Amino acid sequence: MAGRAQPGLSRFNVTALALGLGFLYLPIVILVIYSFNASRLVTVWGGWSLRWYVEFFNDQAMLAASWMSLRVAAASATAATVLGTLAAIALSRGARFKGRTLFSGMLYAPLVMPEVITGLSLLLLFVAINVERGFWTVTVAHTTLTMCFVTVVVQSRLNSLDRSLEEAAMDLGCSPVRAFLSASLPLIAPSIAAGWMLAFTLSLDDLVIASFTTGPGSATLPIRIYSEIRLGVKPEVNAICTLFIGLITLLIVSASLASKISSARGDNAARA
Amino acid sequence: MSTRQLFTRPARRAAIAPYLWMVLFFLLPFAFVAKIALSQSALAQPPYLPTFDLTAGWEALKAAAATLSLDNFRLIFSDELYANSYLRSLLVAATSTTLLLLLGYPVAYAIARLPERWQPIAMVLVIIPFWTSFLIRVYAWINILQHDGLLNQVLMALHVISAPLVWLSTDSAMYIGIIYSYLPFMILPLYASLAKLQPSLLEAAQDLGASPAKSFWLVTFPLSLPGVGAGVLLCFIPIVGEFVIPDLLAGSGDMMIGQTLWLEFFANKDWPLAAAIAVMLLGILLVPLLVYEHIQRRQLEGKQ
Repeated sequence: MAGRAQPGLSRFNVTALALGLGFLYLPIVILVIYSFNASRLVTVWGGWSLRWYVEFFNDQAMLAASWMSLRVAAASATAATVLGTLAAIALSRGARFKGRTLFSGMLYAPLVMPEVITGLSLLLLFVAINVERGFWTVTVAHTTLTMCFVTVVVQSRLNSLDRSLEEAAMDLGCSPVRAFLSASLPLIAPSIAAGWMLAFTLSLDDLVIASFTTGPGSATLPIRIYSEIRLGVKPEVNAICTLFIGLITLLIVSASLASKISSARGDNAARA
Repeated sequence: MSTRQLFTRPARRAAIAPYLWMVLFFLLPFAFVAKIALSQSALAQPPYLPTFDLTAGWEALKAAAATLSLDNFRLIFSDELYANSYLRSLLVAATSTTLLLLLGYPVAYAIARLPERWQPIAMVLVIIPFWTSFLIRVYAWINILQHDGLLNQVLMALHVISAPLVWLSTDSAMYIGIIYSYLPFMILPLYASLAKLQPSLLEAAQDLGASPAKSFWLVTFPLSLPGVGAGVLLCFIPIVGEFVIPDLLAGSGDMMIGQTLWLEFFANKDWPLAAAIAVMLLGILLVPLLVYEHIQRRQLEGKQ
């Protein structure tokens, strides 16, 4: 089939696609390969080795920062998923209500708002109400940012949802809330899971907002990595990044498997 | 149809918790930013004056309010450093958004013309890098662009250059980093609008004698404009306030406004000045933000 492309697909299209995807992936592939480099000089290939992974697992400060980041990401993603899903339900099913424009504005603006503004404004709030900065302040800040992404993901799924199952449930005597929970919620569950994962990775990744809102002694992983790489490339950071990419890949693969299973189940339910 | 109405009321109730959350943690903080932008920096904890003590009584509050001033804004307007910083941010954002559009459009166009069952796979491939860490992706380029990095090695092996070039800490490095990080944000909305395009429209244009180039400019491009608008704003607005990429990849000369804000806040500990910079930045971005919000709302709610 390689020779006969789709009618509309010219050589120019194929080149654009190949170059675009190559550009997106090559740097990551190079990073992963160099994380297994035995040489201390990052650019000289000294053979395969797990040396930098060992170094990472002996680096107490890095491990502490990783643990802090994972806890913040899990807590904020969970809170963001609950709040974001509720917001998506209200926006998708609530029709017009008072303050709706402000509500959707507050939810869409953080998607593009420069992080320095979001971070600074949250810090000034935390200082004004005089709370101790650390795990909780970063978690609240990340929840605020990531729930907006969850809202968009879940809302677009809710909009495209076929409501006939829900209506059937109501015809059979379910209350509207019960009908929604038992008929529609399982169908949007994959999007909710995808929203949680997106929130988790965004939180794990964030440097700017965490730098503003954390307190002394509770650095997150990106804050530690950032202070290391400002001074140049560190082979140990290559290893951490590879582990990070591995974790994300694992999450994406399991999520897409889960969504396949649940959509198959949804199809069966719809047919039944 | 009446059954659909029934869920509306509980659905509205679902808004209460997220509504309160966003008012408390998104809207309210701007009031503090505005107030502190009018304050003076001080050697105190927190490092600004005045602080309003609600228990101190009305007269004390009034006295504190009287010390608020526009000094920080005067400084921003009088010192060229800040004007240059804002201008550089806008220029960098405009340049990179243009480049992103030029690079992203052909990729999105190619994906939209793939056989239907391959399109979701291609889109997942575009989105996956967005899920891996932003910081890691910028860092990956330090590996490649440094003095004895892969780019110089490859170019020298190909005899394109005879001595290593300086890539890191230059504007080129920063542009590469920005384009690399934001490309998925440009491709995503472009693809969404190109995929909706009816092939029959193009066939009609060609039946009427339009060349492929002409039918692209007369049919495809105008119909993809909503995607172009969304992609441009989705990239332009955050790039104006970008901190990480210019900090790690650009030289130490001219700074973007995000870097200036960061410096005033973390290095100089001048919180009121940083807050004033943020207020001005928000003012500059307000119009594009509102336009983006409008497009986003139409996209998510227009279909209902």
